Amino acid sequence: MKQIDLVIIGGGPAGMSAAVAAYESGVRNLLILERDAHLGGILQQCIHNGFGLHRFGEELTGPEYAWRYEKQVWELNIPYMLNTMVLDISPDKVVTATNSEEGIFQIQAKAVILAMGCRERAKGALNIAGTRPAGIYSAGTAQKYVNLKGYMPGKNVVILGSGDIGLIMARRMTLEGAKVHAVCELMPYSGGLARNIEQCLNDFNIPLKLSHTVVEIHGKERLEGVTIAKVDERRRPIAETREYIPCDTLLLSVGLIPENELSKTASVPLDRVTGGAVVDQDRQTEVEGIFACGNVLHVHDLVDYVSEEAEIAGKSAAAYIAGENAEKVDVALHTDGKIRYTVPQRITQKKAVTVFFRVADVYRNVTVKVKDGDNVVYSRKKPKVAPGEMESITLKPETFANAGALSFELEVQ
Amino acid sequence: MIRELTCIVCPKGCPLKVELENGAVMNVTGFTCPRGKQYAIDECTHPMRTITSTARTDNGEVIPVKTDRTVPKESMFDCMTEINKAVVRLPARIGDTVIENILGTGANVVATANMD
Repeated sequence: MKQIDLVIIGGGPAGMSAAVAAYESGVRNLLILERDAHLGGILQQCIHNGFGLHRFGEELTGPEYAWRYEKQVWELNIPYMLNTMVLDISPDKVVTATNSEEGIFQIQAKAVILAMGCRERAKGALNIAGTRPAGIYSAGTAQKYVNLKGYMPGKNVVILGSGDIGLIMARRMTLEGAKVHAVCELMPYSGGLARNIEQCLNDFNIPLKLSHTVVEIHGKERLEGVTIAKVDERRRPIAETREYIPCDTLLLSVGLIPENELSKTASVPLDRVTGGAVVDQDRQTEVEGIFACGNVLHVHDLVDYVSEEAEIAGKSAAAYIAGENAEKVDVALHTDGKIRYTVPQRITQKKAVTVFFRVADVYRNVTVKVKDGDNVVYSRKKPKVAPGEMESITLKPETFANAGALSFELEVQ
Repeated sequence: MIRELTCIVCPKGCPLKVELENGAVMNVTGFTCPRGKQYAIDECTHPMRTITSTARTDNGEVIPVKTDRTVPKESMFDCMTEINKAVVRLPARIGDTVIENILGTGANVVATANMD
């Protein structure tokens, strides 16, 4: 069996950034496995701008951002295999993969970085009543058709879900000549960035219907229209508010799911809230030597943060392979529900750690508190927090050196 | 008159307030960087946007493109018409000019991906 120090599963922004960081930390025997025909992952179809402001101090499109890393992978001569599907990862880090040239093959890795990204929630998960005609796409599928294949999926569009991909596609379809009649959002707030509501919807007078959902799909062969309705505070549709919108296309932008099927084959324990692995500050999962980063770990708002996280995983994997370790601690991080989750979920080494977290609802005038028992070890005021925006705080080692657990709480005035 | 805007310069999306008198900007609040202040002034006097789209290639595929600087917001659809007329000869590299000075806006349309 082939022996490779570090195998990285996925050649998107997380995988490439992790590979570069691991290389720069001294790992030379490494390999990226990518199932698509090119590196770059989903960035290839994200042709809009807005990437890279944190990372590179300039505004790049998705393919340009991907190229920054692809170039480094090439320049450092980091090996990668394209069109290669990983089928299985065992807990002792035997990676089984296949492609049309080599057939099925196995690699014994010392460390593995999971960087498989996420996928879109599909319409099957939504249970919308009515028929099942052609013309219903996930926003990302439509994005692939328009931006990579040059096909328009339809002319009269309704979008369900106001995540960023849905907002971006509202603008994209409009610029290419389609009429986007409405973006319906089940929640009373949008899950997308404020700037995207401004430049993708308001610029084109596309109505954003908050607390609205699609309750019925009409049409036999091709979609002919949808019935939408307002929902009450318990998110149940209100019958009197039903409204029929004729359309030939329905795009779904209703959430992303970390793609962890392979993590499960390696018996990596997952966090029920994030849908990704439970990790420590190094992004090491609870299976020793298996790391995770990017959208397979938890869904990020910005690719810049994915790159940053992947760097942590890459460096940590290098340290793991070299057998380097800081002083050990064992601190579990808990949340109060208003804070939905933290990444990492556990601190295992006595060094400064940045903890990322997401909140459950829109809250104003809040104080983020970190407690060790009743003792507040960290506190910071914030004017506003929202589920669509990931927050982070940095804890010094002395705040948790002697703690068994830390509780992350949100105090709302 | 007070006009409320959401800044689109970066993902932070700062809420901006612009004090206007007869169309002239008197004061801007809410910004957290100089680019945000400039955006507010531009948005109330001559709104500008970057266009990202795709152009046809000579082998019948599409290649992503963008305007290398912002163009007047009201010219977006006219620019799209021009971009959709263009045919890009392959191979193309990131930054290659696809349309020079599109509609006299001073912006070039450039490729944003490498294609062979």
